Amino acid sequence: MTTREKILDAVLKNQPATTTLPDTSVFEGDSNELVQKYMDVFKTIGGSCVLVKDIAAIKTFITVNFDTAKRIVTTLPEPGDSFELISDNVDPHSYDDVELALIKAHFSVAENGAVWLTEEVMGQRIIPYICQHLAVIVRAESIVPTMHEAYKKIGEGDYGFGGFIGGPSKTADIEQALVLGAHGPLSMTVFIIE
Amino acid sequence: MNVGLFIPCYVNQFYPNAAKATFELLQKSGVNVTYPVNQTCCGQPMANSGFEHLSKGCNDIFIENFSSFDYIVGPSASCVLHIKDHLHSDKDEELAANIRTKVYELVEFLTDIVKIEKLNAFFPHRVGLHHSCHGLRGLHLSQMSELNAPPFSKPQYLLNMVKGLEQIKLDRLDECCGFGGMFCVTEEAVSVKMGKDRITDHSKNGAEYITSSDLSCLMHLEGILHRNRSAVKVIHIAEILNGAT
Amino acid sequence: MSQTKTKDHAALAGAFIKDEERVDWHDGALWYIREKRDIAAKQIPEWEQLREAASNIKSNVISNLHEYLLQFEANLIKNGITVHWADSAEEHNEIVYSILKAKEINQMVKSKSMLTEECHLNEYLEERGIEVINSDLGEYIQQIDNEPPSHIVLPCIHKRKEEIGELFHEHLGTEKGLSDPTLLTRVARKHLRNIFLTRRGALTGVNFAVAETGEYVVCTNEGNADMGAHLSEVQIASMGLEKLIPQKKHLGIFLRLLARSATGQPITIYSSHFKKPRKGQEMHLILVDAGRTRQLGRKDFRDSLKCIKCGSCMNTCPVYRKSGGLSYHNTISGPIGAILAPNLDMKRHADLPFASTLCGSCSNVCPVKINIHDQLYKWRQVIVKEGYAANTKALGMKTMAWTFSSPVRITKVGEAGRWFLQNIPFVLNNKFNPWFKQRDMPEGPKESFTEWFIKNENKKP
Repeated sequence: MTTREKILDAVLKNQPATTTLPDTSVFEGDSNELVQKYMDVFKTIGGSCVLVKDIAAIKTFITVNFDTAKRIVTTLPEPGDSFELISDNVDPHSYDDVELALIKAHFSVAENGAVWLTEEVMGQRIIPYICQHLAVIVRAESIVPTMHEAYKKIGEGDYGFGGFIGGPSKTADIEQALVLGAHGPLSMTVFIIE
Repeated sequence: MNVGLFIPCYVNQFYPNAAKATFELLQKSGVNVTYPVNQTCCGQPMANSGFEHLSKGCNDIFIENFSSFDYIVGPSASCVLHIKDHLHSDKDEELAANIRTKVYELVEFLTDIVKIEKLNAFFPHRVGLHHSCHGLRGLHLSQMSELNAPPFSKPQYLLNMVKGLEQIKLDRLDECCGFGGMFCVTEEAVSVKMGKDRITDHSKNGAEYITSSDLSCLMHLEGILHRNRSAVKVIHIAEILNGAT
Repeated sequence: MSQTKTKDHAALAGAFIKDEERVDWHDGALWYIREKRDIAAKQIPEWEQLREAASNIKSNVISNLHEYLLQFEANLIKNGITVHWADSAEEHNEIVYSILKAKEINQMVKSKSMLTEECHLNEYLEERGIEVINSDLGEYIQQIDNEPPSHIVLPCIHKRKEEIGELFHEHLGTEKGLSDPTLLTRVARKHLRNIFLTRRGALTGVNFAVAETGEYVVCTNEGNADMGAHLSEVQIASMGLEKLIPQKKHLGIFLRLLARSATGQPITIYSSHFKKPRKGQEMHLILVDAGRTRQLGRKDFRDSLKCIKCGSCMNTCPVYRKSGGLSYHNTISGPIGAILAPNLDMKRHADLPFASTLCGSCSNVCPVKINIHDQLYKWRQVIVKEGYAANTKALGMKTMAWTFSSPVRITKVGEAGRWFLQNIPFVLNNKFNPWFKQRDMPEGPKESFTEWFIKNENKKP
């Protein structure tokens, strides 16, 4: 008998009589004032949130607030000066020196400030984790109230990898002192396009 | 309403004043209260130590003494809870089950059954209310701080009726005092530390008296208070509600 | 790290408590996290319904585990993930070793996995020439100190920053006396970044595994699981059987509950959903039993398998806060540890269900409503029945039961106790009486209530 068979047998023998799944459709968020709610929550997490009109405004913001002499990568088509287009064909290790990554989220969640990204909008899986600073673009109308609506939007989700990212990386492992910037980015800026 | 007075074994021996106050309070509330003198122990000390199977003798005596009453009332949340959860009988399980539905701790009996609305009591002191875990999370005498649920408190409701009494506010509303039955001696260091910390919370917030529905908690806290020559005193809630001065 | 004889919880706790200042600090730190959980929970009006739903979903999982395992396995394979099954800790470790050996990998980076800690994976691999680095900062600190984590979410919550600074000075060459958390974290960031960039093998735990889609979710705040995984050639996920959830949408419920229960955050910074291998990468998932099917068969204790490892029971437990996780001598400590451990080794962990006052706070904070305090009571009965209670205790209990089952005997004992306390208190007030160590005994009143009542039976109030 293989281990697999042994374990499955034991499970079948030991599991109790079946109980039904609860109806989870009762859980629903409040869809009012989502932009404001999102911005308030994201700030408390230690991220920066900026309301903008268009992509051009984002690029201007970045050139003003980040060091464009360092490596800035993006998934935006026609990146222009200062921005390098991310390639999904190169070794992920080669992105080690990225200062800032600018990518687009599918949507974001007001109750916890998280953005939802999949591999296709990250450029490469490593990008949003390896960069020193992360910038994410979110369309205002794509903001959902809670995780319940989020998973409705994600649906079956045919991606190889996806992730919620809810702010700059952090740790409080040393005497519960909150430190922003653990192993992921030191900061996160979300641009909300209205 | 015929009420059988259930006085826990250690209350009977070491805190007879709390038992007297309970007896008098019940009489004042208009119920017909009897005290079966041959009662012994609810069996909790054995059961909580893993020896539930040894508490059959106690169960039988309890049933024998109390089955005839409309209600059974006792000034101890933990003993009452134990009966409610664990009273069983090999001889007559139906009888045991029936008793489990009519056993009440004093505070909940006064608020839920007697539905008392005023008390003729005067206690001009600052009092800290200690929520015994069995009373709180077992009998739901008050709302539990962990839950997202509307606040309420039966003991506080009664204490509010006592003239001159000022209830202090604690830093930690309902942390355990550390008595825990045999835990108080098998894990003596943790037990005492827990007790000390509760006392610190009460005394730094100005309590002159610490009160509770459970004398086991109070006995443990009193032991620490006395050892440290503290001015803070303990008093069972029955004694306050009965008009202690 | 083998131990010849494990001290029991009471002894270890006693040692921890001797340093009262440290205990107060440890207790305060964890209580603060409990308070943050309360604030987060109270911001969600439907919090209690979420707990109920999560509890019911997990009940459905453990009662249909066979079916979900098969569904999950089929989907994993469809997604290109290689599935392994491990009956024991040893078998799990062998599997990890063989996966790495096949690719000639002798250095691996690992993100938080309590399961691999339980299996003593790191030691197993080190003995066979494979270096493992724990990338979670707290676990890294514990690793360089050669100590297991004391808390499942906050591995070094028991350590002061000065002690951590000392460790960094010794192992990473930082300046002596440096203890600023931000500066220490920056040093660790730099050091571990180099690890991520050079390790070809990465191992993660699994927070949730979705049967419906064959994907699994890893939650971190540090980003270390992702840094390891997305740079690796071989990615391994180690998972306890019970980590399954039926459908993708159920993640909405669990992810709303997990971080709020654990630390008061609305969500962990990273909730990474791994589904298919990266181009050119190999992905493996190991399904581990190691005692879980045995617990599944225990009617009174199987609900402990619902646990989503948030640690909130530890944060609220006054015994845990004042005795420290290491006094539980088990990978999973605190209240949940006390109901999981006896299933793994009843003899070794017989003391754990007794390391509690049964206050019930744990059951109230548990996001999946495990009746922890009820299970602690029930484990006590089992442990005594199986013969793991000390002989002296059994004798004492039998005597107590005999005394208490007779009104005459109990009265005599009560009278005697009161008489001694009044007249010759030192008989009870001495160093052999553990109560007496730090507490005074109650006073012995002249008469019991029964005596008073009988005397006054016919008087009206």
